[in-house]
Amino acid sequence: MTGIFVLEQVLNGLQFGLMLFLLAAGLTLIFGVMDMINLAHGSLYMVGAFLCAWLASKTGSFVYGVLGGVVLTAVFGAVLEVSLLRSLYARDHLSQVLATFALILILNDGVKMIFGADLPLAAPAALDGPVELLPGLMYPAYRLLILAVGFGLALLLYVLVQKTRLGALVRAGASNRTMSSAMGINVARLFTGVFAIGAALCAVAGGLLGPLLAVQVGMGENILILAFVIVVIGGIGSIRGALIGAILVGAIDTLGRTLLQHMFREFLPPQWASAAGPAFASIAVYVFMAVVLVLKPQGLFPVRS
Amino acid sequence: MLIDLLMKQAALVAAAAAVAATPALAADRVKVGFVSTLSGPSSALGVDIRDGFQLAVKLNGGKLGGLPAEVIVSDDQFKPDVARQLFEKNVKRDKVDFMTGVVFSNIMLAALPEAFDHKVIYISANAAPSPMAGKDCNPLFFAVSWPNDAYHEAAGEFANQRGWKSVYLLAPNYQAGKDSLAGFKRTFKGQVLGENYTKLGQLDYAAELAEIRAAKPQVMYIFLPGGMGINFIKQFVGAGLGKDITLLLPGFSADQDVINPVGTPMAGLFNTAHWSPDFTNPANQKFVAEFQKEYKRVPTLYASQGYDAAQLINAAVRDLKGKLDDVEATRKALKSAKFDSVRGAFRFNTNQYPIQNYYVRTVGSDGKGGLINKSFNEPILKDHGDAYVQQCPMK
Amino acid sequence: MAPGERGDALARGAVAMTAIVALALPWLLQALALDFYLSFASRIVVYAIAATSLNLVLGYGGMVSLGHAAFVGVGSYVTGILLAEGVTQGGVHLVATVAITAATALVIGAISLRTRGVYFIMITLAFAQMLFYLANSVKGYGGDEGLTVRVRSLLAFGLDLRNGTTLYYVALAVLAASLYAMTRFVPSRLGRAVLALRDDEVRAEALGFPTYRMKLTIFVAGGALAGIAGALSVNLQGYVSPNVLHWTQSGTLLVMVILGGVGSIWGGSIGALVLLLLEEVLAAYTEYWQFWTGWVLLAVVLFARRGLAGLLFDLRTRLVSR
Repeated sequence: MTGIFVLEQVLNGLQFGLMLFLLAAGLTLIFGVMDMINLAHGSLYMVGAFLCAWLASKTGSFVYGVLGGVVLTAVFGAVLEVSLLRSLYARDHLSQVLATFALILILNDGVKMIFGADLPLAAPAALDGPVELLPGLMYPAYRLLILAVGFGLALLLYVLVQKTRLGALVRAGASNRTMSSAMGINVARLFTGVFAIGAALCAVAGGLLGPLLAVQVGMGENILILAFVIVVIGGIGSIRGALIGAILVGAIDTLGRTLLQHMFREFLPPQWASAAGPAFASIAVYVFMAVVLVLKPQGLFPVRS
Repeated sequence: MLIDLLMKQAALVAAAAAVAATPALAADRVKVGFVSTLSGPSSALGVDIRDGFQLAVKLNGGKLGGLPAEVIVSDDQFKPDVARQLFEKNVKRDKVDFMTGVVFSNIMLAALPEAFDHKVIYISANAAPSPMAGKDCNPLFFAVSWPNDAYHEAAGEFANQRGWKSVYLLAPNYQAGKDSLAGFKRTFKGQVLGENYTKLGQLDYAAELAEIRAAKPQVMYIFLPGGMGINFIKQFVGAGLGKDITLLLPGFSADQDVINPVGTPMAGLFNTAHWSPDFTNPANQKFVAEFQKEYKRVPTLYASQGYDAAQLINAAVRDLKGKLDDVEATRKALKSAKFDSVRGAFRFNTNQYPIQNYYVRTVGSDGKGGLINKSFNEPILKDHGDAYVQQCPMK
Repeated sequence: MAPGERGDALARGAVAMTAIVALALPWLLQALALDFYLSFASRIVVYAIAATSLNLVLGYGGMVSLGHAAFVGVGSYVTGILLAEGVTQGGVHLVATVAITAATALVIGAISLRTRGVYFIMITLAFAQMLFYLANSVKGYGGDEGLTVRVRSLLAFGLDLRNGTTLYYVALAVLAASLYAMTRFVPSRLGRAVLALRDDEVRAEALGFPTYRMKLTIFVAGGALAGIAGALSVNLQGYVSPNVLHWTQSGTLLVMVILGGVGSIWGGSIGALVLLLLEEVLAAYTEYWQFWTGWVLLAVVLFARRGLAGLLFDLRTRLVSR
């Protein structure tokens, strides 16, 4: 196993992790500040991807498509929050699980009704080729873009949450909602804002991953669970936890898949090894979460008081 | 009080039954249950099989074998359980005469028992897994397409002819994937540097591409139909691997449904298939012209298979003079049916899989600024059956 | 009749009607030439058993488990693998299914019940996903292609589950037995202790109840019953795939329980019946049946917190107090 190979897989894991971070960050804020389990977070990712793809085909530009899609999804998120989700904050977790599950059903078919079961989304042609990072390592330019945007947004969120007034409000809300409300913070508007930001982050992930995966109905269902896992590992309400958790999960999943496959191939036929490798890497992610839950239930970087 | 309730209940049940009951079946129609993947990243395949099938029916005046044809189309959504339930509906509720249409081997294998348990014949316009060519062969199963291994055996043979020495193999982890790489390895005489099975439906190949780069093969051979192939080829080129590694493909990953989204990187790539749009036999020329007129696009090999499936049914029903109540007679009619296949010569082997030629194609200019497949005149495999027929007890 | 007696008579009448229709269903369907729908009816009954088992855990035990479908899946796979290996005795299937599913539930429950609230939800989900990926990894039994079985369970008295009618009645018998067991359990000492625990865990603990052990017992019982539903399911479909263990299936079971009415004995059955009927009827009119189902579910969550059983209860009370 050469250095180039390991480096390439590390980059792949980082790219995957950073996209997961975008979803987990929004989810951890919503969970932390509003104490709401939002199963429809993956659907926001799907809606975001569809809006980006639709706008990209209307404007003929990937960049305008994604930027416009992000804005539209943020607006959609805000409308959703004000109209429907607001009534769920006071309810118990079970009701939240069910109502947002219902939302998944509604949004899956809703998107299909408006856009069809899937939409094409192509990366900008300028990024179709590779970039020579090192002699012998040609990494796709598009994935480098994803890495750059991911890191940039992580930095932006960090600054936002740690250094701005809005961030202070968010942190206050996350650590103690009742007290924040008692202190006079306009909690309703804060919640709408947090939800809109979460939706926007989902749209960025959806738009960026669209060309690599496929923009299709139901695309949020698998990634949603990983986002929840990251939130739990990192600590509910913690952006830092979401970032570390996401990178860890991305690393375990990507590196685990290749390493385990190589290991299994020593004694299993190739079809079996190829099935067992990724499956056990995924299991490892959940085992990791279970261990964290048992040893440090509040997560790696808890913010709750 | 209770009597009232009972009466109301009975009325409700009767009303519900009236709504749900199917109309009495006419014995003077041919009913075909068509279940295929019509949504999702690989929907182009199912859509093409369906369009090819329906075009043949249309050109026959809406009839098959002289009887009015009723084709019931439904979408399996790429899910085996959904396909199972659709088969059950078509067989038990709609009482179809034939089932057809499924694209993917795993979906078909999960749903077939529903047809076979009720003695309904299945005509495959695509998937034709190797176990069913051999020890699991079934008299109710007819493959009008090809045996799963065939395109890949042809590709292996072509690689030998070219003198290529080392190859890295990749396919999805399901029956057809297994068949594909087994087929390639059966004929290829060089060295296999890697054999990787990815998840069926996987769209992001970053991890696999890193492995391929590390293995440094001369040739990369993949079997990735539909959306999987589109994404892989784009990412393969995007990772800069196309410069040092030759990409060799089966027709499934190099037909029009892949050429259009991927574009220029496809130019010059070699692939193998049993059919090409430029075949000059009259049946094919008519098919390609009519398909383009009706659907405004170039047909893929999937469309040609759907078209041939309908023509096969048409010939068999015609030979039976419309009497479809005897399954054995229908089987015999299908086996001996004579029709003008768009691929040229066609005949069934004893295991009801085709014996036919396979050709090498290359992606070239269509003269109008686009790309299309062009075939070599000489077949790379002639009158080729499959490696499993001896294990099948049918004679 | 006194109002209370009248309400009870109505309820008993409704139950009797349902029982008669359920028992006569195969003949009814055959008479109407709708025998295709017998397997649909069997599916409803099997889901009713699974939903009832979740209702035990959720409605009575107060545990929000987002991984319950995993137990159904384990049951399906245990029986499916035995069938694939040529073992067809129903007795073996039953014992193996209950034993392995209960053991799985014991391990998962023992660890998960050390957590509370949202963490409990997440960890049950995590375990279910682990089992999902485990099913995907075993290529020898199909992996993500699923496992097709061509034979079926053979029960005592020559009953063969390949026969659709036989399977329907066996499933109905299992459902009836579970419902009966629950009617006996709820008013019993243990049953009332569990309800007390659900309503106020802190007080129950202060009163000296062994809360952890009680919850674990309920969790395991629910898991085992779900396993039996799974065993019936693989006999019905002749096929099992890892998708049965996916978290969205657990979500569907939760939906059924909520629709039907959490904590009501009939909740699981009503929920299964309504959700599957809704899907079938809507699908005949539109391909977007999920859309409308979602709205119905949302309405129930927002406005009818005790589900349809709760609505029926209110209706009965209203009818009675005239």
